[in-house]
Amino acid sequence: MQTVLQQVINALSLGAVYALLALGYTMVYGIIKLINFAHGDIYMLGAFWAYYVINFWHLNFIGALLSSMVIGALSGVVIEYFAYRPLRNSPRIAVLITAIGVSFLLENGMSYLFGANPRSFPQVIKQFNFNIGGVLISNIQILILATALILMVLLQIIIQKTKMGRAMRAVSVDPEAAELVGVDVNHTISFTFALGSALAGAAGVLIGMYYNSIDPLMGMTPGIKAFVAAVLGGIGSIPGASVGGFLIGILETFFQSIGLSAYKDAVVYLVLIIILLFLPSGIFGKNTREKV
Amino acid sequence: MKKNWKYILAWLLIMIAGFCLIDALIAVGVIDNFIENMLVTIGINIILATGLNLIIGFSGQFSLGHAGFMAIGAYATAIITQRMDSNLGFLISLIVGMILSIIVALIVGFATLRLRGDYLAIATLGAAEIIRNVINNLKITGGSSGMFNIPQYCTWATVYVLVCLTTIVLLNFVRSRSGRAIKAVREDDIAAEAMGINTTKWKLAAFVLGAATAAIAGGLHASYLQTIAPSDFGIMESISILVIVVLGGVGSMTGTFLAAIVLGILDTVLQNFGALRMVIYAAALILIMIFKPSGLLGNRELSLKKLGQHFTRKQRS
Repeated sequence: MQTVLQQVINALSLGAVYALLALGYTMVYGIIKLINFAHGDIYMLGAFWAYYVINFWHLNFIGALLSSMVIGALSGVVIEYFAYRPLRNSPRIAVLITAIGVSFLLENGMSYLFGANPRSFPQVIKQFNFNIGGVLISNIQILILATALILMVLLQIIIQKTKMGRAMRAVSVDPEAAELVGVDVNHTISFTFALGSALAGAAGVLIGMYYNSIDPLMGMTPGIKAFVAAVLGGIGSIPGASVGGFLIGILETFFQSIGLSAYKDAVVYLVLIIILLFLPSGIFGKNTREKV
Repeated sequence: MKKNWKYILAWLLIMIAGFCLIDALIAVGVIDNFIENMLVTIGINIILATGLNLIIGFSGQFSLGHAGFMAIGAYATAIITQRMDSNLGFLISLIVGMILSIIVALIVGFATLRLRGDYLAIATLGAAEIIRNVINNLKITGGSSGMFNIPQYCTWATVYVLVCLTTIVLLNFVRSRSGRAIKAVREDDIAAEAMGINTTKWKLAAFVLGAATAAIAGGLHASYLQTIAPSDFGIMESISILVIVVLGGVGSMTGTFLAAIVLGILDTVLQNFGALRMVIYAAALILIMIFKPSGLLGNRELSLKKLGQHFTRKQRS
């Protein structure tokens, strides 16, 4: 029982990071139907920025988190403006390849500038464990969960209650109609990228603290797993992405704990293929049929 | 067939002349080991990219898992030639690699080809990663450290002959009745289905043929380089093959040839830049997509026939 609870705690903190990433994927996909491959690399940028500001400017956790979110948001907007906006009316495969190119550029650019070796993330908060009935919970895990939950609630408020959120929802349903009723579509898409990328930046800081190690290629695998999470929850659905992220975290931790950790990535991809086949619209997705 | 015999003969002559030219240049010493290495890499890339172009350009299925099938071919060759150290062993290993990769492609294709566009891309990428993950954890493949001392049976001549053979097979396939069916599926699969084309069958046929060529390329790669590791066949590899296809023009076989040669030379020139090479690669990919999304040749082909007609018309006027 204790080991089960212990694994649940580990799974939740890992899942929270996937959920934060998946939210960015799902929002961008919902609004311009693009798998933003570069999303995982914004997460990497966030982690590197936090590494930098903590080591050289001696910022505390909150400062590093907020500044990483700002950097994430900025890079998301810049990428959208220069790489995706010129291709707004191109075939989707062209945009997808551009996204892959951007992801490559960020990864290789970072390894060129800072070296490809992993480096250890500074211990900005001293780690200690709470022992609750034999289950160890570290303060970092609590911090990750709490931060992720706060950000998710904030996001939900922005999308449901603000004017910009309403514009986002309108554009994701029908961009042309939204434009007709006076929504600035470009502005809304930029805002969506900023929001999603800010969350990715935050996820980067959290994962840096959790694993203590960052490298320029750290974004690729979590990025794809987060996309799997978004698909699992129903792409385009905000609560779906959160639930999907937690589910992927649980799945991965489960396979790790039963001794199949070598196959944990394969299992995630297998789940993706199965989900796409039998439940293409995910758990919370709407079922749409193609018009003939 | 009768109508085109001139062009068929011309192509045959060009192929033989190319072979003799390279052979002579090596004998004279103009082509040293370094350039020969580049030629072999270009050749392997041509086989990979024409196969992928069949899947992406002609059948319209966006696959990101080409490196997975390449890995199957490479490991088949490595494992078999280490135990059967002869030319016959090499041949058998290529065939076994193809058969294995066809079987895997059938399974993957049956599962994923019902998806379209982005979803298919992600699913095939996932499938390739599953293949890599399995190879990474098997004993016979040497795990994550890979395999060493693979006997070298692949020379530039083998690569040259196989480039010609796979290209002939692929081009004939594309220009046959089946090729037209595949193009119909690419243009609009609902309309194609309404015309009585079995869309699943043709999508699968293109996918399987592409996978088989990837396995050949993988076998050549393993045998020429003599060492392989699972990390050679990751997402990066799939994407660099995709770059060749996209740069040449999705749906143009001659474009793929052109792009493979251009990129092969560029790659050799940029070798000294190390990490910057990949940065330039990525930047080029983005710029091509923004400014010329159709690639070097679009979906046009360079053909002797048109070239011939071009000249004869000039003479007449």
